[in-house]
Amino acid sequence: MDLAAVVVYEVLYTIAFLALISAGLAVVFGMMRVINLAHGEFVLLGGYAAIVSHNTLGIDIFVSMLVIAPLVVAAFGVVAERLIIRFLYGRLINTMLATWGLSLAMIGGFTLIFGPTTTSIKAPIGGFAVGDYSLSGYTIFIIASAIGVILLIFGVLKYTRAGLIARGAMQSADMASAFGYDTSKVYMVTFAAGSALTGLAGGVLAPLVGIGPTAGLLYIAKAFITVISGGASVVSGLIASSGFFGIVSQLVTFATNSVIGEIGLLVAAVILLRLLPTGISGRFFRNRL
Amino acid sequence: MTINRRQFMQGATAASALATVPSVAMGADTIKFGSILDTSGIFEAYGKPMEKAHRLAIDEINAAGGLLGKKIEMIPYDTQSKMALYTQYARRMTRKDKVDVIHGGILSASREAIRPSLRKAKTLYFYNTTYEGGVCDRNVFCVGTTPAQQSAILVPEAIKRWGKKIYVLAADYNYGQITTNWIKHYAKEAGGEVIQADYFPLNVSDFGSTIAKIQKAKPDMICAVLVGLAHLSFYRQWAAAGMKKKIPIATTTMSSGNEHKILTPSEGDGIVVCQSFSPQADFPSNKAFLAAWKKKFGHTNDIHEIAASSYDGVRLWAEGVKKAGTLDRMKVIQALESGISYTGPTGKVTIDGKTHHVTHDMHLIEVKNQTLTIAKSYSQIPPSDTQRVCDLEKNPNDTKQYEIKI
Repeated sequence: MDLAAVVVYEVLYTIAFLALISAGLAVVFGMMRVINLAHGEFVLLGGYAAIVSHNTLGIDIFVSMLVIAPLVVAAFGVVAERLIIRFLYGRLINTMLATWGLSLAMIGGFTLIFGPTTTSIKAPIGGFAVGDYSLSGYTIFIIASAIGVILLIFGVLKYTRAGLIARGAMQSADMASAFGYDTSKVYMVTFAAGSALTGLAGGVLAPLVGIGPTAGLLYIAKAFITVISGGASVVSGLIASSGFFGIVSQLVTFATNSVIGEIGLLVAAVILLRLLPTGISGRFFRNRL
Repeated sequence: MTINRRQFMQGATAASALATVPSVAMGADTIKFGSILDTSGIFEAYGKPMEKAHRLAIDEINAAGGLLGKKIEMIPYDTQSKMALYTQYARRMTRKDKVDVIHGGILSASREAIRPSLRKAKTLYFYNTTYEGGVCDRNVFCVGTTPAQQSAILVPEAIKRWGKKIYVLAADYNYGQITTNWIKHYAKEAGGEVIQADYFPLNVSDFGSTIAKIQKAKPDMICAVLVGLAHLSFYRQWAAAGMKKKIPIATTTMSSGNEHKILTPSEGDGIVVCQSFSPQADFPSNKAFLAAWKKKFGHTNDIHEIAASSYDGVRLWAEGVKKAGTLDRMKVIQALESGISYTGPTGKVTIDGKTHHVTHDMHLIEVKNQTLTIAKSYSQIPPSDTQRVCDLEKNPNDTKQYEIKI
C-alpha cells in the first residue's frame, strides 16, 4: 500500500516535471511556431539566475525561484527576440539554425562565467515519511508549481484581453493588425511570457537536478517530445501529453529500470505520433485551449 | 697556474656544450609530449586539472634542465568529451607530430579507443586515471588506482561500519559495470552481499523512482559508481528525500571531479570514499606539489585525484627516460619495468613491472564540510586485481583487458 502511494507520488512528480519544462516551449512553439533550440539553455539560465540571486545576493530562495528566475529569462527572451528571432518568423529552418547558434553561445557563456561544473542550491523543504518510505517534500512544491503554471496559462489565455489578443494575433496576424494591434509587439510579449515560464521551470528545478553549462540537453528532447505530442492546443495538449508520458515512463521505470523507462517514453512517443500525427489535442481536444 | 692542452680542450668542450643548450631549447630537437584530454564538454571538470598537472610537471622538469639535455615540448589535444576525436587525434599525434610519448585519456572508453592504434604505431602510452583495472599491454602504463586499491579497502570497511547488504548504483559503461563486479567480489570476501545493482546512462538525472526502489530493498548502504554531472543529482535528491540519515553512502567516484565541493555540506557530509590523494594529507611531497600548483595557477581548488596521478604519470615517465638514457621506446619500457618509483602528491608510487600498474598509498576519506578528511591510511597497496591475471614478463605480447568473472 505504501509502495503504491510512492509510485503515484513519483508519477505525479514526473508529470509535473514534464509539464514545467514544456510549458514555456508550448507557448513559444505551440502558439508562435518558433522552434527554439536554445530552450534547454533558457531553462539553465533560469536555474543560474535563481542560484546566483540566492547564494550570492542572499535573496530569499522562494523569491529567487519564483520571481527573479522568470524575470531574468523573460528579459533575456526579449533581447533574443528583438535581435534574432523576429527577423525569422515563418522561416522554420532558419529559426532552428539561429537558435541552435544561440544555444551554443549560451553554453559557452555559462562555461565562461560559472565554470564547467554544476552548481546548485539546497532544497528548501525537507523530507517526510509515508509508512516505511521517506519522500522528498520538495516534490510537492514542484507538483504545485506545475499546477500553478498550467492554471496561469489557462487563465491568461482564456479570461484576459491580452490573452485574447495574443491568440488572435497567432491565428491571423494580418487580421489582428487590421484591427490596429501591433503584432510585432504581441509576438515580443508572447515570446517573453514563454521565456518567463521556462525560467520559472529552471528556477524551481535547480535544487533537484543541479545546473551545469551542458545540462540543457537533458531538457530539450523531452520538452519537444511533450509539446509536439500534445499538439496545437497549449493547455489541454500539455496536460494530456505530460500526463501520458509521465505515467508510461515512471511505471516502466518502476517495473524495470531507468534505462528502459527512458526507452519506454520514446517508444510511446513514436507510437503516439504514428497514430495521432497532429498530437493528442489535434484529435481529442480540438479547438480548445 | 699553467694550463696544458688537454685541460684546455676539456674546458672548451664543456663551454661549447653549455653554449648550445639555449638553441636546443628553442630549436627542433625537443622531446615531444602528447597530451590528449577532454578539456571541454561534459568531462571538462575531470580533464582541465589533468592538463594543468601535465603542464606543471613538464615545466618543473624543464626548469630543472630538461630530460637528457633536451627540453620537453607539450603538444596538447582537446578531445571535447567526444570519443570519436580520440582516434583521430591519436593518429595525428603519431603520424604528423611524431610524439615520443602520449599521456591522457579519461573515460575507459577513450582509452580503449586509442590503445590498439598506439601499440601499432609503437608510441608509448600512459593512462593516468582511476579505472576498473585489468589492462595488460606492454605499451601501456596505468598510473591510476584500480579496484584492488579502492573497492578492496572501501567495501570491507563499509561493511564493517554499516552492515552486509549493499545496493550498487553504477554508470552504464565498461567502468561502471566492471567496477560493480569487483564490488560484488570484495563484498562476498568480506561476508557481505550486493542485493541489487542498477545501471544508469550518463545523462540520467532523475532518481526519484530509484530512491523509492532502494527503500523497498532496504539495504544497509549504497555503493555509488556514478560518473559525471547528471549523476550528481542523485546525491541532491537523496538528501531532499531525507534519506541521508537512514542509509549511508560509499562511493568510488566522488571527488574525482571535485563533486564534494559542488554538493552542499548537508548533501555531501558523511559520504565515504577511498582514494590516493587528499589535499589535506600533509606529508612534504604533497605540500610541495600543492605549493607549486598554487604558485603556477593561483589556487588549488580544482586539484583532484586523477590530476595528482596525471602528475605522477609524467614524473614516472621522466624517471624512466632518465634511467634509460634514451627515448627509444623499448629501452624506456624496460627501464620503467625495473620498478621505477617517484614520491609526489600521492606519496610513493612504484611501477609494477609485471602488470605496468602502480603501487599506491591509499586513504579512506570522509566528506566533511566540503573537504576530504582522512579517516585512515593504507600504505603501499599493490594492484593485486591485475596481478592475478596479467604477467607481461611471461607474455610480453598480451594486449587483453581482463575482467573479473562473477
